[in-house]
Amino acid sequence: MTALITPTSSAAEAGTAPSAGQAEAAQRRRTRRRRWALGALFGLLALAFLAALSVGRYSVPLNETARILAHEALRLAHLDGLIDLRQTWTTQERTVIALVRLPRSLMAVLAGGALAVSGAALQALFRNPLVSPDVIGVSSAASFGGVLAIALGGGGLVLMGGSFALGLAAAVLVTTMGRIRASSPILTIVLGGIVVGAFFDAMVSLVTYLADPYTTLPSITFWLMGSLSAATWTELQLACVPVAIGLTVVMALRWRVDVLSLGDADSRALGVDPARLRWILIVAVSLMTAATVASCGVIGWVGLVIPHLVRLLLGPDHRTLIPASFLLGGAYLLVVDLLSRSMTETEVPVGILTAILGAPFFVYLLVTQTRKEANDA
Amino acid sequence: MLEARDLGHRYGAGPWLFRHLDLAVAGGEVLAVLGPNARGKTTLLTALAGLLRPKEGQTRCQGGVGYVPQGHDAQHRFAVLDMVVMGRARLVRSWSAPSQQDIQAAWSALERVGIEECAERPYAALSGGQRQLVLIARALVCDPTILILDEPCAALDLRNQRAVLAMVGDLARHGIGVVMTTHDPSHALSVATQAVLMDTRDIHCGVSAELITSQSLTDLYRTPIHATTVEAPFGERAVVVADFGRRPGAARRQENQIEKEAVPI
Repeated sequence: MTALITPTSSAAEAGTAPSAGQAEAAQRRRTRRRRWALGALFGLLALAFLAALSVGRYSVPLNETARILAHEALRLAHLDGLIDLRQTWTTQERTVIALVRLPRSLMAVLAGGALAVSGAALQALFRNPLVSPDVIGVSSAASFGGVLAIALGGGGLVLMGGSFALGLAAAVLVTTMGRIRASSPILTIVLGGIVVGAFFDAMVSLVTYLADPYTTLPSITFWLMGSLSAATWTELQLACVPVAIGLTVVMALRWRVDVLSLGDADSRALGVDPARLRWILIVAVSLMTAATVASCGVIGWVGLVIPHLVRLLLGPDHRTLIPASFLLGGAYLLVVDLLSRSMTETEVPVGILTAILGAPFFVYLLVTQTRKEANDA
Repeated sequence: MLEARDLGHRYGAGPWLFRHLDLAVAGGEVLAVLGPNARGKTTLLTALAGLLRPKEGQTRCQGGVGYVPQGHDAQHRFAVLDMVVMGRARLVRSWSAPSQQDIQAAWSALERVGIEECAERPYAALSGGQRQLVLIARALVCDPTILILDEPCAALDLRNQRAVLAMVGDLARHGIGVVMTTHDPSHALSVATQAVLMDTRDIHCGVSAELITSQSLTDLYRTPIHATTVEAPFGERAVVVADFGRRPGAARRQENQIEKEAVPI
C-alpha cells in the first residue's frame, strides 16, 4: 500500500518559493535521463549504419567506408574542391558504398523509423497496445496499389504513386467512417480499418491469382514480402518527402499525443479536441506508412514491436517515445536488412525476417512486462 | 462564480434531462448533485464545465473551470508530474511542449493537494485516493475558481473517500466553488452547502441540509431511505440508511450505541 494521504495538511498558502528548486531539480533529472537515452539510441543507430555500409557479401574495411562517406558528403556539399580527400579506395568499393549500400541503408533507417513512429502514435491514438500501421488498412490498400501497378506492367514511379494514392485513400475512408458513429469513434475506426484492410487484401489476392505466373507473379510476390533491395537514390528522394512531413507533424504534436492517450473524456476535459487531433495524426501516419509500403513493400512487426520495447525501456512519455522509436526502429531495420542480405546465398526478404525475429521477441516482451507489473503491484 | 441560466439539454429527440434550470455556485460553496444512475448527472456537469454545448440556456463563469472526469482505472505509467502538467494543455500552444513555467505550476498544484512526494512515481502505482488527488491537482493547475468533480469518491475505500472529501472541504475553505456528483447522500450532507436532486421528473435545488431528507431521498431513489444523525465518538454526524432488507442470519449490532431519535435533517 502507498503512503498515507494527508490532504488537510496540504497548504494552498505554502506558496511556490520553497518548491521552485525541487520542481526544477526533478525536471532537470528527467531531461538529463531523456537526453542520455536518446543519445545512446543515436549511437546505436550510427553503429548499425556503419556496420550496414561496410559488412556484406562484398566487405569494405570500416576506415575506407568512413572515408568514402566523408568524400560523398563533401561532394554533395560542393566542398570537394576545398578539402581534398586522398583516394585510397577502389572504384568498386565506392560503387558498393555510394550507389548500393548508402541509399539502401538510408531507406532502412527511414522506413524502420517511420514504421516505428507510426506504430507508437497509433497505439496512443487508439489506446490499444496491439495496434500497428497495418490495422487502419493503409498497408493493405497501399499493397493493392503496388500490386496493381506491377500487374499492369508499371514499375518505379507508377508503383510508388499507385501504392501511395491508394494508401491515402484508405486512410481518408477509415477516418470518415469514424465520424459516422460519433459515440464510439475509436471502435468504428478500428472496425473500419479491418474492413478496409480485408477488402484490399482480397483485391491483392485477386490480382495475384490473375497475374501471369511466369512474368508478373514472381515480382508481385517478392514485392509483397517487403524488401529494401530495390532502394535507389530516386526512390529514397521520393519516399523522403511524405515521411518527413508525417514525422514533423507527429514530432510537433508528441506532447499532445500524451494527452490524447489518456482517453477522449480526459483530453476533452483538458481542452484538447480528440477528434481533430486524431484526424491529423492518422493522416500523418498514413503518409508515412503509404510512402514506406510504396518504396519497400509490406514490412510488418517493426511498428508493433519497437514502440513496445521503447516504452518498456523509457516509459510512456511520447516526448521521448516518438524520437526514440524512430532511432531504434531505424537501427532495427538496418540490422535485420544486414542479416537478410548476408545470412544466406540468396537474399531473404526483410519482411520475413522482421516477423521471424519480431514474433518470439514480442512473446518475450509480454512475459517480462507481465512479470514486471506483478512485481510493481 | 458559476452561473447557469435556463439550462436545458437532451440527446437528439430523447427526453429532456434537465430544462429551465437555474444554478449559481459562488466561491467557497460546495454543490452536490444527486440522482439515480443514467439520470444525466454527468451531462449536467459537462454542460456546467463548458465541455458540452447545451441545447438551451447558457453558463457563465468568472475565472476558469477545472473539470475532473470520473476516475478511471488507467493502466498507463505516466509519471504523476507529467499527468498534472497535462492540465496545462489549453495554455500550451498546439505545436509545442510545456515550458518550465507549466512544470512549476504543476508542482505547486501537487503541493496544494499534498502529494508532491509522489511527483516522479508512475500514476498507475498510486492508490485510488491518491489518483483522485492527482486528477484534482491536474484540474487545479490552471487556477480555476470553480472545480467540477464527477463522482470523485466512486470506487474508493472509506479512508480514501475521507481524504478526497477533506480535500474538497479544504479547497472550498480557500475560496474555490465546487460542484460534485455522488451516490452517497452522506457525502453531500458532510461537505455540501447546496444540493441538486435530479428526480425522474423534476429537479430540486436548495440548501443541502434542508433538501436532503428521508422523504426526498426515498422519492429520489425509489427505495426506503432513512436520514438521521448519530452521536459518533468523533462528533455528531449525518448518516443515511437505505433499506436493503435483513436476512435472519445477518450480523446484529453488539453494543448499544447512543443514538438520537430519528429526525429528518
